[in-house]
Amino acid sequence: MTRALSVRGLTKRYGSVQALRGVDLDVEAGELVGLLGPNGAGKSTLVKIAAGLVHPTSGRADVAGARAGTRTARAALGYLAELFRFPGWYTAEEVLELHQRLAGSRGGAAERRRLLELVALSDAAGRRVDGMSKGMAQRLGIAQALVGEPRLLLLDEPTSALDPVGRRTVRELLEALRGRGVSVLLNSHLLSEVELVCDRVAILLGGELVAAGAPSELARPRGVELETDEGVRTVAGATREDAPGLVAEAVAAGRRVYGVRVLTSTLEEVYLETVGRESS
Amino acid sequence: MSSVRVIAGYGLREAVRRKVFAVVVLLTAAFLVLFWLANHYVFADLASITPPVGVRVDTRTFAGAFLFGLALFATLFLGVVLAVFLTIGVVTGDAERGLLQPLVVRPVGRSTLLLARFLGAAGVCVGYELAVYFAAMLITGLTGHWWPDRVVWPGVELAFAVVLVVALSILGSVALSTTANGIAVFMLFGAGLVGGLLGTVGHALDSHAVKQAATIAAWALPFEALYQDALRMITEDASGLTGFLLQLGPFGGAYVHGVGIRVWSAAYLVAVGAAALAAFSRRNL
Repeated sequence: MTRALSVRGLTKRYGSVQALRGVDLDVEAGELVGLLGPNGAGKSTLVKIAAGLVHPTSGRADVAGARAGTRTARAALGYLAELFRFPGWYTAEEVLELHQRLAGSRGGAAERRRLLELVALSDAAGRRVDGMSKGMAQRLGIAQALVGEPRLLLLDEPTSALDPVGRRTVRELLEALRGRGVSVLLNSHLLSEVELVCDRVAILLGGELVAAGAPSELARPRGVELETDEGVRTVAGATREDAPGLVAEAVAAGRRVYGVRVLTSTLEEVYLETVGRESS
Repeated sequence: MSSVRVIAGYGLREAVRRKVFAVVVLLTAAFLVLFWLANHYVFADLASITPPVGVRVDTRTFAGAFLFGLALFATLFLGVVLAVFLTIGVVTGDAERGLLQPLVVRPVGRSTLLLARFLGAAGVCVGYELAVYFAAMLITGLTGHWWPDRVVWPGVELAFAVVLVVALSILGSVALSTTANGIAVFMLFGAGLVGGLLGTVGHALDSHAVKQAATIAAWALPFEALYQDALRMITEDASGLTGFLLQLGPFGGAYVHGVGIRVWSAAYLVAVGAAALAAFSRRNL
């Protein structure tokens, strides 16, 4: 099966600013990939190139085997821009109907109903965009991106305007999409969210891919925490494999062991270390 | 074709929401009422207008052509206002507001999107121009019993002139912000009008340089040449002193006219359209 997204040697220059410097990235079918990086790292540029909104200076991006920006590529993707707006006088139902017609979707009213239900907007089908909160409009944007059952979903900061409940709805939605084989490239600043739902993360910095892998692969061991009758002690540098030995040592020394915890860095720590290291 | 219809309808609904139509309809209604009043008073006083002895001027033709010429200018101006406000922010304006990106990523593609917006705006403008043109003609005809020498073609040329403005405005919207594009198109329109007046002055003074400048302006901005040609056609059969006096006025005739400028206008439209499509296809959004 062809990859949902394949990016090779992608560069983009805006005048004197080099936004991307030879980025390689793959998103496999049914894979959820998180794109991380500080402001100006090139994340949105990468997503926009994949969506066909921005032309690369060199390199190549393919969506479902077709060059990004071509009709075939556009037919295979759903896109939610970081800054988007729907005409305020359209109702939620009309927005989806418009996009169904443009995407050539034959889903009809059943698809619209299903999508509105997915983003918890069933009760707002007849509400005008003008009368929606930011969170509702954001969820409508996600529903719009799902019109026509795309193979690849490009989401640029999809939860930036959502409250915790809305974020949870989106997280559950992303997990459900993965279950249906939809690939997602998720550009987000919310590291905890990315850590929770993404199979892999890619960290961009200064237009370069500086780290990529599963969150668990990127995490580094931070030691083992041992709770005994003397209190809590952290053995820095120890790994999971060292834990049984540390417990045995403590017991042999006459200590009572109440708990042991292997410490690993969170994605946030990995991110901050990576960005900090590369920036310095 | 279905996508073209969908996007054209989308653009027109947006125009309705922004009250562009409401403003233009109100202005048009005000213009037509005032135009009727002007016709009423001018033609009511026609019997009392006596040219000097020996001067053979057809006062009804002179008054009718002058008034209807004024109506052509107003029709063109209102049509240009409509055209500009329908298309002023089709690309950059909509992209800045985040309205364009969700549409562009759909399979319909950029060319179809731009073409549909052009066809939607052009369709509305052509309908509007023809409606106002024939309404003004009926007012002059029924009030003053004067009818232009050519009935249909001047209206068609006027509508074509506005279609050219639609295309220029869309081309401008690819590169310029909404405000900058509005200013640019209205300045082009103004430059065209000045070029036309220069032509009239140049011919009255028989100044080669001024005539040459007006000719260049007419070819560079053919919407003005089409408007001038429409003016020429409404009094095409006027001759003698009446025709001469009409030529001297601001609503005189075209000095660049005929099949040549019509063919050039069609080619100009194609070139502007092609430039807009090429620029839009390369534009980062």
